[in-house]
Amino acid sequence: MKRAARAYADPLERGWFYLFRCYGLIVLFFLVVPLVVIIPLSFSASPYFSFTHQMLTLQPAGYSTRWYANFFNSGSWLRAVGNSFLIAPIAAAIATGLGTLAALGLTRAQMPFRGLITGILILPMIVPLIITATALFFFFSALHLVNTYAGIIIAHSILGVPFVVITVSATLSGFDQQFYRAALSLGASPRHAFFKVTMPLILPGIISGALFAFMTSFDEVVIVLFIAGPTQRTLPLQMWTNLRYTIDPTILAVGTLVLMVAIVLLAGLEFVRRRSLAMRRVTPS
Amino acid sequence: MPGEAATAAPAARGFAGTATLKRGLRRVERRKRLGAFLLTLPLLAYIGVLFIVPLAGMGWLSIDNSTIPERMPRTVAALKGWKPSALPPEAAYAAVAGDLRAAFKAHTFGLIAKRLNEESPGAYGLIAKTTFRTAHLPPDQDWKKVLEAIDPSWGAIPTWRLLKRESGPITADYYLAALDLRYGPQGQIELVPAYERIHVKLFVRTAWMSALVTLLTAALGYPLAYWISRMPERKANLVMIAVLLPFWTSVLVRITAWIVLLQSHGVVNSILVATHLVGTDDRPRLIYNALGTIIVMTQVLLPFMVLPLYSVMRGIPDRYVRAAVSLGAHPWHAFWKVFAPLTMPGLGAGALLVFILAVGYYITPELVGGQSGQFISNRIAFNVQESLNWGLAAALGTVLTAVTLLLFALFHALARKSRMSLG
Repeated sequence: MKRAARAYADPLERGWFYLFRCYGLIVLFFLVVPLVVIIPLSFSASPYFSFTHQMLTLQPAGYSTRWYANFFNSGSWLRAVGNSFLIAPIAAAIATGLGTLAALGLTRAQMPFRGLITGILILPMIVPLIITATALFFFFSALHLVNTYAGIIIAHSILGVPFVVITVSATLSGFDQQFYRAALSLGASPRHAFFKVTMPLILPGIISGALFAFMTSFDEVVIVLFIAGPTQRTLPLQMWTNLRYTIDPTILAVGTLVLMVAIVLLAGLEFVRRRSLAMRRVTPS
Repeated sequence: MPGEAATAAPAARGFAGTATLKRGLRRVERRKRLGAFLLTLPLLAYIGVLFIVPLAGMGWLSIDNSTIPERMPRTVAALKGWKPSALPPEAAYAAVAGDLRAAFKAHTFGLIAKRLNEESPGAYGLIAKTTFRTAHLPPDQDWKKVLEAIDPSWGAIPTWRLLKRESGPITADYYLAALDLRYGPQGQIELVPAYERIHVKLFVRTAWMSALVTLLTAALGYPLAYWISRMPERKANLVMIAVLLPFWTSVLVRITAWIVLLQSHGVVNSILVATHLVGTDDRPRLIYNALGTIIVMTQVLLPFMVLPLYSVMRGIPDRYVRAAVSLGAHPWHAFWKVFAPLTMPGLGAGALLVFILAVGYYITPELVGGQSGQFISNRIAFNVQESLNWGLAAALGTVLTAVTLLLFALFHALARKSRMSLG
């Protein structure tokens, strides 16, 4: 029961095979359809979350771009996007810088207490978000960091750290140290060898770690809910408010746009992965 | 190490330089260890100060009981040797009056009242009333008489027992409250009244709903992962993108989509009505209840089940099952006896991962859970943001963290056994 039902399969086996395939398709459907459904609805002319008769009969009057216009003309939505694009890159940069450095140490053969330290560094990924949010809220209220950009950036950089540490460590463990040693034996200084040889080869890992960290911050709402003030309203927080209090299809338009960004990022990640695979193929011996 | 020294000694006699060489090597080794450690140090410090310390701070907050010892020092001192078999001496009354009068001047009596009220509803009124009525009296009074005239509960032992219990620097009160327990008027530990028993119920609900979601993701994810793992590589990668796409889109966008689908006039109900499966007036309630939470969480967490399953299944060659079939096993039998056991580590890892993530869920239950779909996380948020009982929030949070870390340790052991990484 692999690519197609085998010719020698009896009817019962064939029945099972198609039933199985149907089940798989239904599960895929369950995963993807909720995302697809919002795209046509975001072009609805009515202010409700449902398909109108006009839409189903494909009359042009049933469709409009008013929710997109609403998004691009709304100060609060645009400010939220601005905040997200301010916070996420800084948080991702901090997580990537510190995380890459730590991954370089963790993958060295001589690293002491490797298990313990790795465990501590990926802790922010394991502890439930609500706990991180609560703990940071208590801590930041004592330090007067609640309702500040700094507070959110710090919190988001902490959340991004495990992703960077894991992806960069994985890339480094696949990296052949002989390249680095070869550069050294040819007279390069350790610094030069690192930046000219190691760095370009592990760059795909660093980039995907940074992307993970960026997405984590860009998507995060629980911490923002606890420690952001009105001026630090991010895109997810604005979406949360919209869902909670003033449900209107603007969020569908935003959702569609975010989906597009996710597809572009995912394609970017796949590209980076293929590139790194291609580069990995050039190994000695 | 003695053994090492014994073997090193004759060698050192042979080569004069060995000992120095050995020392030198050890020094280089030590420097390398230090170098590797120093690379991780900045991040370790960052996480330590800004994440571990806050977590520890939350743990401290769940047992911290500084309010009464700090704000009512005279009372604490006066009740030091008191045994709750009789009313305390007059000095204790004078101490309470003295503390409350000082607290009135310092504007801190609200903190005292709030703290006592957390343990004994009604204490807020008692403290506020007593504070206001004693604040402007001259200091020389028969305080026992005055206090008992203000409120008869000053003449009852439970009030004093409460004060005595809150005199210590740390308390187990919040953990008791987290388990729906409290101190009764006689000082014994008892269950809170039935209508207030909410935390154990929420813990149990969080556990069983997470278990159900885990089961559902396994039931949906296992066949899907199997199907994808038997596809040719290019096609499999493409389908995996479809699996990962929801993984990458905001959970809020997905929740919006589910509201569109499941609300009372949403897509699913409209289809049900249009096909006359249900009447237009008895549309089933699919969202804003436990069912909604389960449906949405299953979809959101499904990729976390599919990923580890897929990576394990991809590594199981077709020829194992074929060998079993060629030896005469029925395909079903071959699947259950050969293939399924090999996928157990992936299934275990996926199930634990989904369960760990599910028990900490907050956003989904909050937005689509209604009343019956709330999790313990929602109660924590409620205590932080609305009822402002931070000690209780911290205690609930500490319990949840402990459970999660324990489960993760299990996950880690399992993942290591099957040589699988998190990435």
